[in-house]
Amino acid sequence: MTDQRPQALDKIRICDFTGQLAGAGATKILAAFGAQVIRVEDPVQRGKWDILRGVPPFVGEARGLEAGGAFNNHNAGKLGITLNLRDARAKELLRELIAVSDAVTENFAAGVMERLGFGYEDLRQIREDIVYVSNNGFGATGPYTSFKSWGPIAQAVSGLTFTSGLPDLPPAGWGYSFMDHTGGYYMATAVLMALLHRRRTGEGQWVDLACIEAAGTLNGVATLDATVNQRPMRRQGMPNSNRSQSPRMAPHGIWPTKGHDEWIAIAVRDDHDWKILSEIIGETWSRENRWTHIETRLQDEDELEQLLTTWTANQNRQELAQELIDVGVPAAPVLKPQERIEFDHRTAELWVTVDHTEVGESRVEGLPVRMSETPWSVTRGAACLGEHNQYVFGELLGLGNTEIETLAEEGVI
Amino acid sequence: MTTPSSSSALSGYRVIELASERCALAGKLMADMGAEVIVVEPPEGCRTRSWEPFADDVSDIENSLHWWHYNTSKKSVVLNLETETGGQQFRSLVMTADVVIEAEPLSRLGTLGLDWNQFSEINSELIWTSVTHHGRDGTDPPATDLTLLAEGGPAWSCGYDDHEIPPVRGGGNQAFHTACHYAVPSILAALMWREDSGKGQLIDISLLNSSNATTEFATLWWLNAERQVERQTGRHALPTMTEWTQIQCADGRWFNTGVPPRNKREFQALRSWIEELGLVDQCSAYEILKLGDQFERIGLLELDEDPLAGEVFQAGRDAIEFLGQHLKAYDLFVGLQQRGMACGIVYSPDEMIDDPHFVERGFPEEIFYDTRNASHTHPGAPYRFSKTPWTVTRAPQLGEHQALLEDLA
Repeated sequence: MTDQRPQALDKIRICDFTGQLAGAGATKILAAFGAQVIRVEDPVQRGKWDILRGVPPFVGEARGLEAGGAFNNHNAGKLGITLNLRDARAKELLRELIAVSDAVTENFAAGVMERLGFGYEDLRQIREDIVYVSNNGFGATGPYTSFKSWGPIAQAVSGLTFTSGLPDLPPAGWGYSFMDHTGGYYMATAVLMALLHRRRTGEGQWVDLACIEAAGTLNGVATLDATVNQRPMRRQGMPNSNRSQSPRMAPHGIWPTKGHDEWIAIAVRDDHDWKILSEIIGETWSRENRWTHIETRLQDEDELEQLLTTWTANQNRQELAQELIDVGVPAAPVLKPQERIEFDHRTAELWVTVDHTEVGESRVEGLPVRMSETPWSVTRGAACLGEHNQYVFGELLGLGNTEIETLAEEGVI
Repeated sequence: MTTPSSSSALSGYRVIELASERCALAGKLMADMGAEVIVVEPPEGCRTRSWEPFADDVSDIENSLHWWHYNTSKKSVVLNLETETGGQQFRSLVMTADVVIEAEPLSRLGTLGLDWNQFSEINSELIWTSVTHHGRDGTDPPATDLTLLAEGGPAWSCGYDDHEIPPVRGGGNQAFHTACHYAVPSILAALMWREDSGKGQLIDISLLNSSNATTEFATLWWLNAERQVERQTGRHALPTMTEWTQIQCADGRWFNTGVPPRNKREFQALRSWIEELGLVDQCSAYEILKLGDQFERIGLLELDEDPLAGEVFQAGRDAIEFLGQHLKAYDLFVGLQQRGMACGIVYSPDEMIDDPHFVERGFPEEIFYDTRNASHTHPGAPYRFSKTPWTVTRAPQLGEHQALLEDLA
């Protein structure tokens, strides 16, 4: 049954050049909130500027340009058109599209839009109140403007990689492009803030989003410890991100349990949590007075962790986590992908089935959000290359069928 | 509700935030963009005021750097919601608000008669945002950033090649951040809709699902192919083990080699750099790099099918590792990037803020503390708005803006 409730952004149209996750993840959120997102791809390169187009993991048994599972996930709910911007006629069509769009979004390398003739000043000539959000690693100004970035590079340069790891080991970093997800969140936020401002004042603007700067805000407490207290993060025993420095907690970490690669996270927030845990452990060492207070637990944290590890190694992670939660101590098994997607009923509404024109049904991520009046909706998979040319050039921009056919034959669209 | 000014994106909006580490970032993101964010604290102050580290290492409710970071640009009022007066003042405050953000234990506000249900009819334009463990209709297990990242998925993907070493929690409270990163665009979308409809609504953000929606390939490999990713040192967790991407440079610093060189131009650039440095004789990969002239671009298929392509590709990686043995990480970073190759130095957060590029862009933000007659450097704006720039002031002292309540009386 189709939900008949309105969507928050159903009057908004986005002319969208984004790709990968850092950009496409942003406009996916806007599309889920109801915006009409028209994604523009290059027919000559068959949309492969987006390196996720047509690469594994593939949707089920499907293969080829339209079967990339990551691409399908990040572009669910958007429309797709093709424009060969080497051709003046394509540029004219793009101008017409921008003239009826509220925002233009892109995550090319800095300078690409200017070279195409669609920098911010060009966009303003087309539509004075346009909202333009560019998103790249290092931003549109400064000595590294030409530098290239991907999620792992943004994470390395910003401090996110450094702050994820254990002492005396290389950085563990994030085992995925956390900053592509998060760069997308900041990009969606930027688009919406700028649109809201325009809605209230009539004024458009350009937002220069440098993913690495957005990332550089995400370890603020450690940064302040350095700038205020002159205590650099790079010091003996640091980082140790499985421990908790702010606030101080101990023991606080991820410990082995029975089974292959099975782990439990336990956070002893205070002396009360410790009292409960020490009784559950029920061994001579756990009842020693030396562990009663946070100060001594912190002082001999290495030893305490070693003792705890020996004990957890014989526990079942699911049972122990439940036992601790039941008595009020924060604990959770480190869930594997299958466990959290298939077996954790609390996540069920996040995984939605979409229909893709070529590859059929597949599951993608929805939003971890419920909105009582304007629920999000993700029902359609990513668009095939040029799938919505007829709608956009025909219905929206008013071209006739013959014209559209000619443009396609001549490689303009 | 006042009229917006032209200099600030969210000016004129009043946000009431119930102080909590779980939703503090959402309030900050809105406050730094011009919303009036009033953080409501209990009489003893928000618990995060007692969290280390403290400025000058002096423990005091006004010195917590956690509080300083997460509460910039906000106003503070003290209310004891457990008392009748406090509850009444909270009601008055909410009646003037556009947005409420709270992450209270599930039944607390309902018991006090101060939940969404009590306000939705009398302030129909109100946007109420609850940040919950897994939904307002769920349970409320004791949880921290660590346990959320464990059960929410991120920890499974982070760690080391050696699986005897535990999975790693990424630092910096990212489970809380991610929920806030979903809360803010949701609030903004609700405000957009309210501009037309005049109606508020309830937004329910799941901390657990926020992390679940932020694991990239761990989820995508499972959803599409039912394959499990395995964690790998400093690089993507994937179903199969991949080559290293992290090296240690001559100064001991770690370095992310990024996407390996794949085309003629890049192989040539590496060769000429090695020549410039006078290191040709010491670099065993140098001769093989010459063969790179034959490749406009080495595709993934060629890597499998053409032995020479594989050899040249490996030489590119070896050459970068070799350069790392002879150069400081910073010099390798700038040198490779200037030659068109994507890579990154592994900075600590406080080193990033000192990098000349970000300094020139004005990323480090000096905030004046009139309370200390000193300025301190904070991380700056996550985005640069050309017309409505980010502006930031120091976090409030406990109850600093109590007079606001008198205006309501």
